[in-house]
Amino acid sequence: MASDTARDTLQRLNEAGAAIRDARTGVERMIGEGVGDATAAAGHAATGVDPFVFHFAIFILAIFVGYYVVWSVTPALHTPLMSVTNAISSVIVVGALLAVGLSASGLATGFGFVALILASVNIFGGFLVTQRMLGMYKKKSK
Amino acid sequence: MSESTAAFLYLVSGVLFILALRGLSHPTTSRQGNMMGMVGMAIAILTTLFLAGPSFGGFALIVVGIAIGGTAGAIIARRIAMTAMPQLVAAFHSLVGLAAVMVAAAALYAPESMGIGAIGAIHGQALVEMSIGVAIGAITFTGSVIAFLKLDGRMSGKPIMLPQRHAINIALGVLLVVLVVWFAATESHALFWLVVLVSLALGVLLIIPIGGADMPVVVSMLNSYSGWAAAGIGFTLQNLALIITGALVGSSGAILSYIMCKGMNRSFISVILGGFGGESGPAGGEDMGDRTIKQGSAEDAAYLMANASKVIIVPGYGMAVAQAQHALREMADKLKEEGVEVKYAIHPVAGRMPGHMNVLLAEANVPYDDVFELEDINSEFSQSDVAFVIGANDVTNPAARDDKTSPIYGMPILNVDQAQTCLFVKRSLGSGYAGIDNTLFYKDNTMMLLADAKKMVEDIVKALDR
Repeated sequence: MASDTARDTLQRLNEAGAAIRDARTGVERMIGEGVGDATAAAGHAATGVDPFVFHFAIFILAIFVGYYVVWSVTPALHTPLMSVTNAISSVIVVGALLAVGLSASGLATGFGFVALILASVNIFGGFLVTQRMLGMYKKKSK
Repeated sequence: MSESTAAFLYLVSGVLFILALRGLSHPTTSRQGNMMGMVGMAIAILTTLFLAGPSFGGFALIVVGIAIGGTAGAIIARRIAMTAMPQLVAAFHSLVGLAAVMVAAAALYAPESMGIGAIGAIHGQALVEMSIGVAIGAITFTGSVIAFLKLDGRMSGKPIMLPQRHAINIALGVLLVVLVVWFAATESHALFWLVVLVSLALGVLLIIPIGGADMPVVVSMLNSYSGWAAAGIGFTLQNLALIITGALVGSSGAILSYIMCKGMNRSFISVILGGFGGESGPAGGEDMGDRTIKQGSAEDAAYLMANASKVIIVPGYGMAVAQAQHALREMADKLKEEGVEVKYAIHPVAGRMPGHMNVLLAEANVPYDDVFELEDINSEFSQSDVAFVIGANDVTNPAARDDKTSPIYGMPILNVDQAQTCLFVKRSLGSGYAGIDNTLFYKDNTMMLLADAKKMVEDIVKALDR
């Protein structure tokens, strides 16, 4: 009898899971369209709206995209998730590149150079250690 | 290259970063995802170089910088032990934080190179964004350094409680806001560095009162901070790749923090306020009748498991400390040869960072389809013959389920006490990180295996061979 109830509960859980999946694909589609709209709108930035608004819109939408994408990451890969987010946040290197490549001030070049080294450590270290970790996850042999 | 083309390419690299995270939804797609992340990064860097068109000297300096940093990063990535991943991630977070501070400083001293005006005439909005980015960056930097020191054992995992620390933190927070506003109004370089200083101090003060057991939350939280710092700088530079990435990383870290908090049944606020874990002292459940424990040997354990039909292994931080994962896999292989069904059960907060145990088991060549999360396997303990707990403690404590007075009451636990026999590998009879006595030790069906985790498992393997 207990196993009957258990099976019943399991089935209900499965149904609930399917419903959540449906809802999520729906929302993801909406967000996908939203990003498209926002970038299309960004093209009309000349019409007088502060570009900040468009950047902010993209920022907010990216938070939502991040929210749904990260929830779909399997818990087994949470450590690689942290190391890869670490690596991609080093895209801050673009600021360092501009500072080193363009600035006339020696001080700014110095700050930029330090940032460049730090970010490079992170880019190479982050992606390579993630790749090394992911290479370890194997299926059952046979 | 026109600004519009550049903006479009930055968007492409932002999308590639999203796909990189998306790939992590399954181990089979994860490596492809990581490759996409690398491509996205390469696009962002090349776009910036083409857009900027640096002089020969500047270009040479860039190559030198990337070579130095890249070599160091590659060497670290290759040499680091998998057990040291939490420290490494904390260290990497600190680098992102410091890089954010440095980029903001460079923008302040050479605003024309970033296209945000001239010295003394940077537009106000950029100043606000810059100071928010630099403040979060500086907090991330020192906070991560402290987290690194604690995780690496160079600093005690015990919470350090300053008197009046909440008052100090609030005062510093208010001061920070005032300084940011003042800086945005005046563009004074001295005020910029004051913002940096106050944020650095705040980073230290925020993390020192947080105990070892809460480290998974702290690491995730700093992950999130590093994202928000990047986003702040992204707004200053009006760079789409940075804004998208910052948002992704920020929300990713926030979700991980939430999952970790839920795994411990604690509110985010109570973790941030700190002070939990590391204290020793009697807590909860004083009268548990006779407090005798049953102690067993490696031979007893080997006999029990070889004759079982189903064994569930529960690894925890102790396994990582003892580096017992390879010996453990060998033991599981031996048991499988004997026809025993072997599974692994992982608690969300096992170890010192999210997913820590999964990586260690993967390193030891444990196939990922043998490894299960708490909610997927918890019902199976009652049908298994042996639960083999190695290096986990608080996450198996039945008090969290049964004893309303226990400080960890309500925390989801692995129901190892429902297995026919529970084998508990532990170095000594001390309490776990939460400083709480584990009632599991005194149950009739628990057999304690008191030894170093790795040595005990190796002895069991030897006994299984006989």
